[in-house]
Parts: sequence; C-alpha cells; structure tokens
Amino acid sequence: MNSTAWHSQATRSRSLRHALSRASAFAILALTTGCNRGILDPVGPVASAEKTILINSTAIMLAIIIPTMIATVAVAFWFRRGNAKATYRPDWEYSGAIELVVWAIPALTIMLLGGIAWIGSHQLEPSRALASKIKPINVEVVSMDWKWLFIYPDQGIATVNQLVVPAGTPISFRLTSATVWNVFFVPQMGSMIYTMPRMATRLNLQADRQGVFPGRSAHFSGDGFPGMEFNVNSVTPQQFAAWAANARGSAQVLDARSYTQLAKPSSYVKPMIYSNVAPGLFDAIVSGRAPPTPQLPHNPQAEGPAG
Amino acid sequence: MSPIFGKLTFAAIPVHEPIALITSIVVILALAAIGIWITANKWWPYLWHEYITSTDHKRIGIMYIVLGLVMFLRGFADAIMMRAHQYFAVGQDQGFLAPEHYNQIFSAHGTIMIFFVAMPLVIGFMNFVVPLQLGVRDVAFPTLNNVSFWLNASGALLVNVSLFIGEFARTGWLAFPPLSETAFSPGVGVDYYLVALQISGVGTVLTGVNFVTTILKIRAPGMSYLRMPVFCWTALASNLLIIAAFPVLTVTLALLMLDRYLGFHFFTNDGGGNSMLYMNLIWVWGHPEVYILVLPAFGIYSEVAATFSGKPLFGYRSMVFATMVICIVSFMVWLHHFFTMGAGADVNAIFGIASMIIGIPTGVKIYNWLFTMYGGRVRFNVPIYYLIGFMLLFVGGGLTGVLLAIPPVDFVVHNSLFLVAHFHHVIIPGVVFAIFAGYHYWFPKAFGFTLDERLGKIVFWCWFVGFNLAFMPSYLLGFWGGTRRMQHISDPSWKPWLGVELIGAFFIAAAPLQFRGPPRRPRRGSLLAPQAEGDRARGTHPGARLPAHRNAGEYPDRRDRRLLQFALRVRHHLVHLVARHPRPGRRLRSVRVVRVARRA
Repeated sequence: MNSTAWHSQATRSRSLRHALSRASAFAILALTTGCNRGILDPVGPVASAEKTILINSTAIMLAIIIPTMIATVAVAFWFRRGNAKATYRPDWEYSGAIELVVWAIPALTIMLLGGIAWIGSHQLEPSRALASKIKPINVEVVSMDWKWLFIYPDQGIATVNQLVVPAGTPISFRLTSATVWNVFFVPQMGSMIYTMPRMATRLNLQADRQGVFPGRSAHFSGDGFPGMEFNVNSVTPQQFAAWAANARGSAQVLDARSYTQLAKPSSYVKPMIYSNVAPGLFDAIVSGRAPPTPQLPHNPQAEGPAG
Repeated sequence: MSPIFGKLTFAAIPVHEPIALITSIVVILALAAIGIWITANKWWPYLWHEYITSTDHKRIGIMYIVLGLVMFLRGFADAIMMRAHQYFAVGQDQGFLAPEHYNQIFSAHGTIMIFFVAMPLVIGFMNFVVPLQLGVRDVAFPTLNNVSFWLNASGALLVNVSLFIGEFARTGWLAFPPLSETAFSPGVGVDYYLVALQISGVGTVLTGVNFVTTILKIRAPGMSYLRMPVFCWTALASNLLIIAAFPVLTVTLALLMLDRYLGFHFFTNDGGGNSMLYMNLIWVWGHPEVYILVLPAFGIYSEVAATFSGKPLFGYRSMVFATMVICIVSFMVWLHHFFTMGAGADVNAIFGIASMIIGIPTGVKIYNWLFTMYGGRVRFNVPIYYLIGFMLLFVGGGLTGVLLAIPPVDFVVHNSLFLVAHFHHVIIPGVVFAIFAGYHYWFPKAFGFTLDERLGKIVFWCWFVGFNLAFMPSYLLGFWGGTRRMQHISDPSWKPWLGVELIGAFFIAAAPLQFRGPPRRPRRGSLLAPQAEGDRARGTHPGARLPAHRNAGEYPDRRDRRLLQFALRVRHHLVHLVARHPRPGRRLRSVRVVRVARRA
C-alpha cells in the first residue's frame, strides 16, 4: 500500500513535471516562432527597412521607459506611509532643475524619433520607386467584394486572390477599389496602402526571397471581409515568365461579361487566372466606366413591404 | 409603407436570432422587475424630483456615472462575445456568430464604449467635482445640464433599442463611407448609429458650453486660474476640445445623413463624392475625442497622487501648461489615423512628428506624478493602486503610440491587432483605471461611506492581470500581420493566443463585483434617501461631509468673504477626502491655500 501511494505520488509529480516541460516547450516555441513571422520576418528591402526602424525606435524608447517604470515602483514603495526611514517633505512641490530634466527627457527622445520619422517617411514613401537595376513589373490591384483582382497590364493577364511575382524584381503597384475601401497588405513584403474607389494609389514593393507569403485586406469592408486573403508566390524570373506564358493560354477571358460575373459579392474565392484582359480595365474602374458592380444581396431587415 | 410605422414591421424583431432574442427578453424582464421594485417602495416621486428632473450638478453627475456603468455592462458583454467567438472561429471552426451579427457587435462595442461609457463617466466626474472644486453652487446653466444628460441617455437608449428592433451598424465604430452609404449598408443599422450619435452629440456640445462658461466665468472669488485644482484645468481643456470638435462630428454625420436620405453625394462613389473627406472630418473630431477622455482622467490622477501621497501636486504650473499644450496640439495630428492613404512623405512626416510631440507633455505628467509621490507618505488605498498600475502600463501604451506615429512603422502595423492593443493599452489604464480611481476617491463625497478596500484591490488586480492577458497577445498577433475586425481567422496558430485573450477577458469580468462592495460600516436607511451632512446615526462616514443641495445653505454675496472660506473648505475636504485614513502628522495645506487664507 505504501509503495502504491509512493508510486501514485511519483506518477503525479512526473506528470506535473511533464506538463511543466510541455508548457515551457510551448512557451519557447511560441516565442521563437512568434518573433519570426509576419512583419518580423521581412522578405524584401521595404519590409527590412521598416522592421529596422521598428526595432530601433522600440529600443530607444525602452531605454527611457524601463527606468521610469522601475523608478515608479521604487518611489511608491520607499515613500510608503509605514516606512520610518523615508523623509517626509510635505511642502516639496517644485524644483526648477527637475522640471527642466522632466521636460528635456521626453523632448530629446522625441527629437531623435522625429528625425527617424522624417527620414523614414521620405525613404519609404510607398509611391517612391525602389532603387534597382532591374526593370520593375507593373501590377494593377483592384479590391472587390470580397476578393483581389491582380491585373498584369504588360503581360495582358489577370489573377484573382493569387499574386505571382519574380523574386528580386521591384513591383510597381497601382491600386484601386471596385466597391468600398480596403487595404492591400502583405506583411512580409512591407508597406500597406488603401485601395479606394474612384482613386488610384501607388505602392512599390519587392520580394528578394522565393516563397509563398500570405497577404490580405487590412481594412474592414463588409460581411465577406475575413475571406479577402491571397498568397504571393515569389518565383524565379524564369518561372515567372513561364507562368505568364502559360496563363496567356488560359481559357478564361476577362471581359465585360466575366467582370460583371466576378464583381458579384463572394468571399474565400479560390485563385483564378484570366488570359486576355481588356486593355485599360484598371483605368475604367478608376474612372467609373467599368461595368457597375452588383448591389449587396437582398437584406430582409432593410426594407419593409413595398407600398 | 405604413403611414405611422414607415418601414417598421414585425420583421424587425430578431426572432430568428436566439442570442439577440434572449437578451431582449432578459433585459425587458429586468427593467420590469426594477420598475416594480421602485413602485413597490414608492420611490418614483423621490426619483422624479431628486434625480430625473434634478438640476443639481451632483445628482446629474451621479446619473451620468450610473448611465456609464450600465452601458459598460453592455459594451463588455459585446467584448466578451467577440473574444469568445474569435476563439471558436479559427481554421475549420466557424464560431457561433454569423458575420452580420459579429460585425454589429464590434461596431456597437466601439460606439458604446466611447460615446456611452467613457464619455458619460468622464462627464459625470466633471459634473460632480468641478463646481465643488470651484466653490460655486452649480454649473452656469443647471437646467441645460439636465437636458444634456437626457440627450446623452436618449442616444444610449436608441443604441440599445437597436438590439431588439432592427439592427445596429455593421460598419465599425466610425461608419466609414462608402461602406456606410445606402449602396452598401441598406439596413437601418447605420441610421440607428447616426441618429443616436447626433442626439448624444448635441448633449455633449451643450455640456462643453456649460462647463467652459462655469470654469471661465463663475469661480468663487479668490479662485484665480492658477489656484484652480488641476482637475478643473483638465476639465477646462477637455470642454474646450468638446466645443471645438463635436460640431465637426455633428456636421460630418449630417453630411452622411444627407447622402443616405436625400441622395446627396458628399461621400458616395459616384456623383463626385469623396470618401477621403469623411475620413479627414471624422478624425478631426476623433483624435481630439481621445484627449477629451484622457485629460480629465489625468486630472483625476493628479488629485489622487497628491491626496494619497500627503503632498501637494509636484510642478502644478508645469502640469497646467502640459494640459494646455496637449489640448492645442491634439487638434493638429488627425492625419496619423491614415498614413496609409498615400498623402505623400512630407505630409506623413509632419503629422507623425506632431503626434509624437504630444508624447512630451504626457511624459512630463508621468514624471510629475512620480515626483508627487517622492518625499510623500504614500497611503496604499485603492486609488493609488490604479495610479501606479496606470503609470506602469501607460508608458508602454505611449511607446506603441509613438511607434504608430512613425509613418514607416505605421505602414506595417496600421489597422492591425497591434493598433487594437495600443488603443486599449492607453484607454484602459488611461481612462478606465482613472474612472475607478475617481470612483473610489469621490464615492464618500457622494454617498457618505467608503467602499470596501479589500474588494477594491481584488478588482484592481483582476483588471491589471486581465488587461495584460487580454491585450498583450494582440501586439504579437499584430506583428504576425493580424488584422482587426475579423469574424473568422484562417490561421490555426492564433488559437492559443486568442485563448489567452479570452482568459484575460474573464479576469476583467470580475469588475462588476466592485459595485456590490459593502460599505465599511453597516448602513441603516436607504441609499436613495436624502442624506444630511455627517449623519452619524445613519452610519454615514463622519469625516465625509456631504455637500448639500446647491452646495451651500445660503448663497453669500459675491464679494462675501465667507464664500472664499467656503471654497477653501471644500477644497480642503477634497484634498483629504478619504478621511478614514489618518491624516499625515502635521496639518497639511498647500502653500497656495495658506497664502489665500492669510489674505482672506
């Protein structure tokens, strides 16, 4: 009986140890994988520069706020009412020297960070072309309810919810929306930008690495919004050329009829490829000359009986 | 269409949505039970005369706080539904809320928490405290004050009605067009949103006019600007912002109403409309709005820091200056809400730097509270817990705020869960903690007894731990590229972190316990009965003098010295409010007060 009790106790402590080791393994795994994803795992020059600014600015501010946090706890604890050793100075309510320091610390920090912001804003302005010897490829992006249309004007093809790009080549985006606002965002490639109806924004990104990078809309756009996901396939320039040639042979054509079909609200749309895009489709969408997009499906709460 | 009910039919009752239907029934039954309880106790005449139609600033302040707390329950119910749903809507799982329902919930959560929780609570404290601190009978326009309250309450009521009849907006708490235009939101949800905010917005503007007039024009004699308690200064700054910003909101929403009802084209896709205009206008109001909330909260912290350290506030003039700098600069930063619109490098950089500049006076305030405690005798009562918790958390929220103000960083975290974590990281410690600190601090002044300290501390720890669990993982998810307002999440690796956040929300759910806190001494008589000053027989706290109706028994001549004495006495009592804790060894008076008293 004794041995049984001992045994069960040992089992319990072993299972506890097991659980603890599993929990710590999870924590370590979570931290290591957690810090090497999304914007912390940049694949291009824009995202890398933005990550650097993020890390540097955080470090500068932590150098100020960690001592402040420690001082807060230390001062409150030392000057607690029960501490006879602490000196009570009930009339001490002003010190010019301290005022100078407490205005100077945040002011100097902000001057430093303001400089970073000014330089960073100019170097990483989304509309600014990336410095590269390779000629950029053009992609026109249209957010629709609720999917992404990517038009390759130079190749004359288009895709839905799938962006294939050659690695190491700058990509010059023009972006608009067929319905409401969205944000085009590929975390690992860097800067996001709004897609707005009847307006075109510009964005320049580049993926230096091959791979598949998730992207999505980052601005709420209605009921199908969670499904506005796409993948960026970064491939070698040769593979890209082969893929584009192959896409031109695709059976689907993007004309007025198929555009109207595509514009119907839908979400979680599987990737599609169109060959032979009507030239000037993007500009037609921006100027409102594209086939009008169908309205939302009938909402039973919206309207009462006619009459 | 019916001539009386218009588009309203029985189809608007959510019989097909069990969650909304059950909530409706429970709320109606609860309201009926409260009504019967009040009727059975014959409290209606008392409630009608002493609260509902009262023009006394203290009663109106209490009504605002009750409104804010009731709506807090609603807003928090929305929050916990979102958290629970998200946890069960990862990967293959679809959760328990359809998109059209989930989208209403997050829109309602934001709208309610800002307009009908934070605003009434902050305005409630200003109502209760400012006239007492200024040493005046009431605000400048007492009847208007009552009207303001009921306009706010009507807006809140309308938002709640949308739960039972029709639907609420599914467009987020700022209802950006073109999504909020009839083409994309044909339902009545956006209409509820617009009408509720227009009504409560008018009430808020009237409050702003009332308080600016009060603070500028009817202070007690001798109460010069630089003798005003800092809370009055922050209230002045906040109300100046209200007067400047809320009319912008009213006009913006009116333009959207014109679009929706009369076929105008201010923000539509066609007819020359421009939705960027709405984005600018709404944030011209929206950014000052956060300072409207947080400045009075800073005022509460200043009072708490001084009182519980047994010392005057450190660097009073510096604090006043910092408050007014924030008041002015907060109007010049709205564009940081949409750096990703592509306005160009110069515009982004200038607005980014302007936004960071707000960090300077805010940082100064943190240090001044720190030096207020320095050399003090810090009494660890509930309000000081909230103050220290706030100081520890708020610097982190400030850090992420400055990060968001750097345009190239914003380009990768804009609209993400990082942003969601940031604004909860500033608004919960900044505003909500201040409200709880002020609630504990001024409760005896309102009701004559102190709240339970032990329970208050338990609740503080629930909030502190719960907040960290509920929002810190969002920073990480934001770094992963996580976006806000997601009814479904494809990536299964989010699930553990969403679980942590859900646990955090349950920790926070302990907060309502606070308001069941028993008084330190048992009371006889009803809470609702009028209370005489220092009524020992009924168990009210002897140290806490309850200000009478109209604050003074008689209203002396404007030049009467007695009024000054009264103002000083009120101020003195506010400084030593939680009187059940022994005062510091010597009789404490700030240098300024002594000087004034001597002159008087």
